[in-house]
Amino acid sequence: MAAHNLKHALFCAIVTLVIAYPILGFNLVASGTDIILEGAKTRTVILVLLAAVAVFLFQLFRDNVMALLGKAPALNPLANRQPMEQGKRLKLESIVLTLIIVGALFWPFFVSRGAVDLATLVLIYIMLALGLNVVVGLAGLLDLGYVAFYAVGAYTFALLSQYYGFSFWLALPLGALLAALFGLVLGFPVLRLRGDYLAIVTLGFGEIIRILLNNMTSLTGGPNGIGGIPDPTLFGMEFGRRVKEEGNTSFHETLGIAYSSEHKVIFLYLIALVLAVITALVIRRLMRMPVGRAWEALREDEIAARSLGLSRTAVKLSAFTIGAFFAGFAGTVFASKQGFISPESFVFLESAIILAIVVLGGMGSQIGVILAAIAVTTLPELAREFSEYRMLIFGAAMVLMMVWRPQGLLPMRRTHIELKAQE
Amino acid sequence: MSMLVLEDVHTHYGKIEALHGVSVEVNKGEIVSLIGANGAGKTTLLMTVCGSPQASSGRVILEGRDITRDPTASIMRSGIAIVPEGRRVFSGLTVEENLHMGGFFNTKAEIRKSQDHVYDLFPRLKEREHQRAGTMSGGEQQMLAIGRALMSKPNMIILDEPSLGLAPLVIKQIFEIIGQLREEGITVFLVEQNAHQALNLADRGYVLETGRIRLHDTGKNLLANPDVQNAYLGG
Ligand SMILES: Nc1ncnc2c1ncn2[C@@H]1O[C@H](COP(=O)(O)OP(=O)(O)OP(=O)(O)O)[C@@H](O)[C@H]1O
Ligand SMILES: [Mg+2]
Repeated sequence: MAAHNLKHALFCAIVTLVIAYPILGFNLVASGTDIILEGAKTRTVILVLLAAVAVFLFQLFRDNVMALLGKAPALNPLANRQPMEQGKRLKLESIVLTLIIVGALFWPFFVSRGAVDLATLVLIYIMLALGLNVVVGLAGLLDLGYVAFYAVGAYTFALLSQYYGFSFWLALPLGALLAALFGLVLGFPVLRLRGDYLAIVTLGFGEIIRILLNNMTSLTGGPNGIGGIPDPTLFGMEFGRRVKEEGNTSFHETLGIAYSSEHKVIFLYLIALVLAVITALVIRRLMRMPVGRAWEALREDEIAARSLGLSRTAVKLSAFTIGAFFAGFAGTVFASKQGFISPESFVFLESAIILAIVVLGGMGSQIGVILAAIAVTTLPELAREFSEYRMLIFGAAMVLMMVWRPQGLLPMRRTHIELKAQE
Repeated sequence: MSMLVLEDVHTHYGKIEALHGVSVEVNKGEIVSLIGANGAGKTTLLMTVCGSPQASSGRVILEGRDITRDPTASIMRSGIAIVPEGRRVFSGLTVEENLHMGGFFNTKAEIRKSQDHVYDLFPRLKEREHQRAGTMSGGEQQMLAIGRALMSKPNMIILDEPSLGLAPLVIKQIFEIIGQLREEGITVFLVEQNAHQALNLADRGYVLETGRIRLHDTGKNLLANPDVQNAYLGG
């Protein structure tokens, strides 16, 4: 055992050296018109050596370290808490949620424009993650192409506004419905697949949509994307300095206040907030309705669920379609927020991040998913100084999280439906 | 009056034929047992009744209606319930939630009534109402699986090896309950390897061997049959 560990540790240390030395050790320095390759500075060499030693030691004592990490949950006050009584917990949850929402309503008026902008993005991710949570967390269908529906929503709005001058409010339901339709049509053939097969097919599907958007240049502008997507209006009031569309008035003139570009940002944030709250409430409601229980039954045991007369296709399709619907919702808001979209925004990494949020949040639990969405979207922004290492930090956080708390931040506590005595 | 009739049913898994023309009849109010060795096709026969997989030829008739080509979901909603092989309770759900799943297509009032009834049959389940099904013993899970099947108030219940892996005392209890179901007018179609008890309880029995019905007779006669004794009752 020890010998094996030693060999393994030596190997890892050498790999570290082989990789780190060329990457960190060599510098290309421009001198005049030439580029000179410089050798490593002593300091870098020492650091690389130290890193190799650290890797060696970690691998050598890996079992002990992991065992220690395994003990870490004991430090986590939430790990082994007694489950609260259901009624009390629900009440507490509603109180906390209400407080958060009220706080979120007033918060943008006291912070910087950048913060509000970021918060809008967080809300969009919350919508996406809540929607994907239905598919992955509740119905247990691994969907790796979720971003496709997000793209459908965003492009629906972009195209409708470009070609037919549709406004945000008209495009919002249309984008969501169209995304849902895509979910329905695409879900139909693939949902008889299971587990990994489904994952691969949905992955391919997400890519197909992106590549289509990229190549239908005449319609979508291809990689150049679509710009000039209008901002939402408030009862026909625009937030720009000058009114763009005939018949609209301008917000600041109507209210008789000075123009500020912040109005628009805050307004978008508030829209995203309201939509995110609606998403959360609708899905919460669905979870307690028969369809929610059907998702759960199918996830728990497909054969048993079918033996009770549940139709596998109908149940899976409903989850897929509803998930797609909210992605479409989020996509429309995203298009409006950015004002410009291109296939770049809908790459596989997006699907992966949304999935990571759902898994980190603890499959199925709404509050967990919301917390994870906040963490995953804001942490990279806060860690701007380490910009190059952001993905590295993200990856490390995921690994640690899975070791420390594989069930997610706040794993789902299902509410059991109690039958009220009704005679 | 027949509850369930299978007429010359053939069932395939891909190219392999698992049932080679099986005919079985279950009358209303009866307990009919189907016995057979491992791999004889017992589970396949039950699943064919449920439409998953569907019979490739022959007919399945439930209460006079041809259901051979019906989708599983609609078959399972037409007064028939199955306790699948290996229990298959929803392990993450509590006992009560499992039962409620069983009454998925019933009204709340109906669910309450059936739930009380199930708790009468299995007081043990009542005690464990809020326990997660996955943490219960095999016997308790089997009781739950039966209870869940009863929640939809079926006219006929199909059980696939309910005694599998259970202690003799628990098996005895389960068979008593099955007998009780007949008293309530529920038709029972029972698949068992535990031939002695299954035939003892049954009005009639069938012996399935490699996808064909070898024998059928009353339960008593089959028990006395030397061939059956040799093959299934340990001599
Ligand atoms: N899904 C399947 N795909 C292919 N072949 C199958 C499948 N299920 C069962 N079979 C085959 O069909 C035959 C009958 O199997 P079945 O499960 O019906 O037997 P059984 O009588 O229920 O056995 P046991 O007592 O072990 O449960 C076996 O040869 C089995 O290998
Ligand atoms: Mg079997």
